[in-house]
Amino acid sequence: MAVSVARIAWPSIQASGFSFVTTSVWDPSRGVFGALAFVWGTILTSTVALILAVPIGLGVALFLTDLGPPHLRKPVSSLVELLAAIPSVVYGLWAALVLAPILRTTVQPALAKIGGPLFRGPNVGFGILCASLVLAIMLLPTIASVSRDVLRAVPAELREGALALGATPWDAVRLVVLPHARHGVFGAILLGVGRAVGETMAVAAVVGSRADISPSSVIANEFPVASSELHIAALAEVGLLLFVITVAFNVAARILVARSNKSAAGAQA
Amino acid sequence: MTPELESAYSGRKLASRFATGASSVAVVLALLPLVAVFAYVVSRGARAISIPFFVEPIGERGAGMANAIVGTIQLVFLASAMGIPLGIMAGLYLAEYKATRLARAVRFSADVLAGVPSILVGVVVYAVVVVWMKQFSAFAGAAALAIVMLPLVARTTDELARAVPDSLREAALALGASRWRTALFVVLRTAAPGIRSGCLLAVARVCGETAPLLFTAYNNRFYNDSLLDPTSTLQVQIFTYTMTPNDDWHAQAWAAALVLVAIVIVLGVVARRLLDEKVPG
Repeated sequence: MAVSVARIAWPSIQASGFSFVTTSVWDPSRGVFGALAFVWGTILTSTVALILAVPIGLGVALFLTDLGPPHLRKPVSSLVELLAAIPSVVYGLWAALVLAPILRTTVQPALAKIGGPLFRGPNVGFGILCASLVLAIMLLPTIASVSRDVLRAVPAELREGALALGATPWDAVRLVVLPHARHGVFGAILLGVGRAVGETMAVAAVVGSRADISPSSVIANEFPVASSELHIAALAEVGLLLFVITVAFNVAARILVARSNKSAAGAQA
Repeated sequence: MTPELESAYSGRKLASRFATGASSVAVVLALLPLVAVFAYVVSRGARAISIPFFVEPIGERGAGMANAIVGTIQLVFLASAMGIPLGIMAGLYLAEYKATRLARAVRFSADVLAGVPSILVGVVVYAVVVVWMKQFSAFAGAAALAIVMLPLVARTTDELARAVPDSLREAALALGASRWRTALFVVLRTAAPGIRSGCLLAVARVCGETAPLLFTAYNNRFYNDSLLDPTSTLQVQIFTYTMTPNDDWHAQAWAAALVLVAIVIVLGVVARRLLDEKVPG
């Protein structure tokens, strides 16, 4: 796969060389392509999304394994899985038609009053904030269900031991379960990052064609209308970049999750 | 308990209550937007859905999405026909020859493939199929979807086939069955219910995949004449209509989203039913 993407990307690799990842001017009509803005946008949206999604997702996972009342665990868990199955275009549709107007009319004016460099610019609703919010919403089920599986893999004896020694449920979580599962939870977060970086449709719908934010949405928005061979090649190079990043995250995440499962199995034996 | 111990314990108990409360708040915070999305899809979609939506092709006011619905069904069938058999074969191979170097390489690449953003699958299929055929086509779209399905089906088959007890394999081999006969008629048949539901989940997943179709199946305002023509799909149509400033089209997009979500959920529920039925038996 990487090879065939690289093959179409080749003209662009030759034309822009290293400056492709260090400059941020993306001007198809003049044939100038720099992808730095996409890289930056990805880092920004993914970070904000993770800051929102990780604590909440982890909270949901703990609710499902340790802290929540047992009779609520099953319905909540199947609800989360059900919602994870909603296609991402649908999230995009919701974000563009419902979330963005809400942001434009109520949230952004409020933020603008606070001021500061983070909240400048016209209130259009679309943009980085909106993209981060949708991403966070979409990542929640992934992070929650993967960390739930990891937490479940912590042997019951350890939990019971802690509780028998007089630990409260929270003490057991804090001192026994989380330290035991930390690799796995970290892996779950990395899987989330991998998904955030590659997520296309929802982000494409809300950042619009001012596509200087997300690499996958610039491909989605421009590829069907790309005219020159160099333009297609440049988009393919963006794809290549995306490929490398996501593969790196996924491999790291899988190694971590596998290691945590293995150590859990070892403790059981 | 001495009073000091009592008070130390009540502090920790308080902390525990607090943590439970916090995790409940997290659940509410998580479910709120998710349920909101769902509720919007159902209410707006139900308002916009109508009989012409199912029977009229895409067009101006009052038109429907019949050709998009047909396109989605075509693509998903074609993709399943390509992806499922190949995925099951690959999964069986992984389970039966788990220690060989090739199997390990295949398993690793299946994992990587599963994590690759689906839009990249679209780019690859564009590079290989679309450029080669010199046009967007339903076939290219289906190929992209099949590639998305492949790792899902392969890994499910792999895991389920590995759960088949070795004694069954040994019995078959002892009766003189060859290795591939054992795999195909004993292992596969034993694991079949689980594999079936795994395949359904994979189908559900690709029903919602949009990104790889944007530049493979592309779009079409009409019914396609053959599988080698560009094809309209519900997914891409939702995206296209989302990007327009037209209320009528937005309503159509909501209706399409409702249909899509309904398909995905029905497939998911059926898959889970199949899996639950298998467990007691």
